Amino acid sequence: MSATTSSGGRQLAGIALFAVAVACVPLVTSSGVALNFVMMALYATLIAQAWNILGGFGGQFSFGHALFFGTGAYIQAIAQLQGGINPWVALPLAVAGAAAVGLFVGALSFRYGLKGSYFALVTLAFAEVFRILAVSVSFTGGGVGLMVPLRESAANMQFASRGGYLWLVLAFVVAALLVTWWLRNGRFGAYLQAVRDNEDAARAVGVNPFRIKLAAIGLSAAFMGAAGAFYVQVFQYIDPSIAYGSVTSVEALVAAIVGGMGTLWGPVLGAVVLHVLADLTRNLFGELPGINMVIYGVVLVLIVIFLPRGIAGIGQSVRQLWSAQGKKGNHHE
Amino acid sequence: MFDFSILFPSLLNGLTTGAVYALIALGLTLIYGVLHIINFAHGACLMAALYAVYFLKERLGVDPYLALPLVMAGMFAFGYGLQRVVINRAGHGKDENILLATLGISIVLENLALLFFKSDTRSIDTAYSLSTVAIGPAMIAVPKLVAFAGALVVSGLLFWIMGRTDLGRAIRAVAKEKEGAKLMGIDVDHVYAMSFGIGLACLGAAACFLLPAYYVNPQVGGGFVLVAFTIVVLGGMGSFVGALVGGFLVGVVESIGGLVLGESLGQIGIFVIFIAVVLFRPQGMFGAKA
Repeated sequence: MSATTSSGGRQLAGIALFAVAVACVPLVTSSGVALNFVMMALYATLIAQAWNILGGFGGQFSFGHALFFGTGAYIQAIAQLQGGINPWVALPLAVAGAAAVGLFVGALSFRYGLKGSYFALVTLAFAEVFRILAVSVSFTGGGVGLMVPLRESAANMQFASRGGYLWLVLAFVVAALLVTWWLRNGRFGAYLQAVRDNEDAARAVGVNPFRIKLAAIGLSAAFMGAAGAFYVQVFQYIDPSIAYGSVTSVEALVAAIVGGMGTLWGPVLGAVVLHVLADLTRNLFGELPGINMVIYGVVLVLIVIFLPRGIAGIGQSVRQLWSAQGKKGNHHE
Repeated sequence: MFDFSILFPSLLNGLTTGAVYALIALGLTLIYGVLHIINFAHGACLMAALYAVYFLKERLGVDPYLALPLVMAGMFAFGYGLQRVVINRAGHGKDENILLATLGISIVLENLALLFFKSDTRSIDTAYSLSTVAIGPAMIAVPKLVAFAGALVVSGLLFWIMGRTDLGRAIRAVAKEKEGAKLMGIDVDHVYAMSFGIGLACLGAAACFLLPAYYVNPQVGGGFVLVAFTIVVLGGMGSFVGALVGGFLVGVVESIGGLVLGESLGQIGIFVIFIAVVLFRPQGMFGAKA
């Protein structure tokens, strides 16, 4: 099961290939529908990968990842509106702010040994507290939300075509893939998975579970913050229920679980599959409120029952079977 | 100085709300105590029950209080089936999987309601909806008084089932020692499903008591989920007495907190209490192991 250097190298090549192939999409098509689909699938991939860092590799299931998404989104919007800060400068602030909230929630939760269902519920409660706060205070625009004025230029991170946004979110996704690659192949990732699989055993060999989990939630929250900032740049609008409501939390978790937790390509797979499903239902039934979420919920339940390792788990099982047979037939690579 | 004449109605109000909270929490704590799972879909199931009560009244003219046995039976059957068909198969030996399955169920229920009934907030009109009685210096709505008494009666019934019947003994046996119960010839899967069904039947009762003085929309369950979890954790996971006391306590704190702090901050209060309790006193008031 341990990843060898050669498989690590092949994974890197895979990430490079993915990056180049997706980056070429805006060059070969100018169809708004196609570009929009790829962009939104990448965005869903980003939040799924962010969730996967903490949930998949760390085994800490968050039900409130919108907490970090919303914080990034609000910082991105408020920095521009009230600070007059350029969006490219606001972006690192949004990422850092989201990571800081992640570290705060993580420090509290992990200090008191919260895990499993309790951690899930506490993250949800934190997201709710932030939602109510965002409705109540004035600098978030209250329930009305914040609108970022349209000033189309690359210097202002507002692109004339969907292609620009696609490249931007692709950059985030590739960064998240590289971090995931590092988790699979590096020392920190090994520690994190050791803590996930058996915290006491990990502690016994000298790993500090608190620090490891804290780093994981910080990293995970940082990518959610980037996703929030991206959301604000694309839609130029944010309000408390978009920012801290359950939809983003659910999307992140369902895509990661459907694709396969703790894997490199699982979240990508999950996000794409869910988006194709969502598009199909939209074509079949039209724009109905809630229908996407019904599909997501049904898929989640089915995956948990029949494929607890996600879609990527099928590939793993097939590969294990394959290599077992390969050993027998003596053409093992 | 506190003026008691302002505080008293608020206290009374909190106690009546607390009784319904307790009923909801009893269902949750029963499911936790026996199956050792957190039913994240508890709020969504309450929402479904509220819609059932609503449509029974609006379409068929059945009074919510008369609908009680029907709604309880319906919710019981729903819970029994849900446990047998979905939740029982989702575990694969991990608590997180069950939590995810119940999350999936709650997403499906809430969004089906959104799909079919739209996001409109609905309430029913009964002859007694607006009538009040005077208790000391306070005027209290009749439906709230009925809810208080009714919740206590249903809770008493639940205590009786758990304490005095064969079913209750089987449930307690399974909760304590699953393998041993199996060896004694108890059908564990059946007991699990019965417990889940009874837990949801409590929601059916709560819905009948709630709706005459309350409302229903697809998101209504969300507010109750964390309240119920707060009560259950506060009372000690799996403890019935804890859930009852915790229900009253949270009802009163919420009501008086709303009076002192105002509506929106009062809403935050419940989440802050939840976070604080889970972090600092996960064993609850009565020291039961979480």
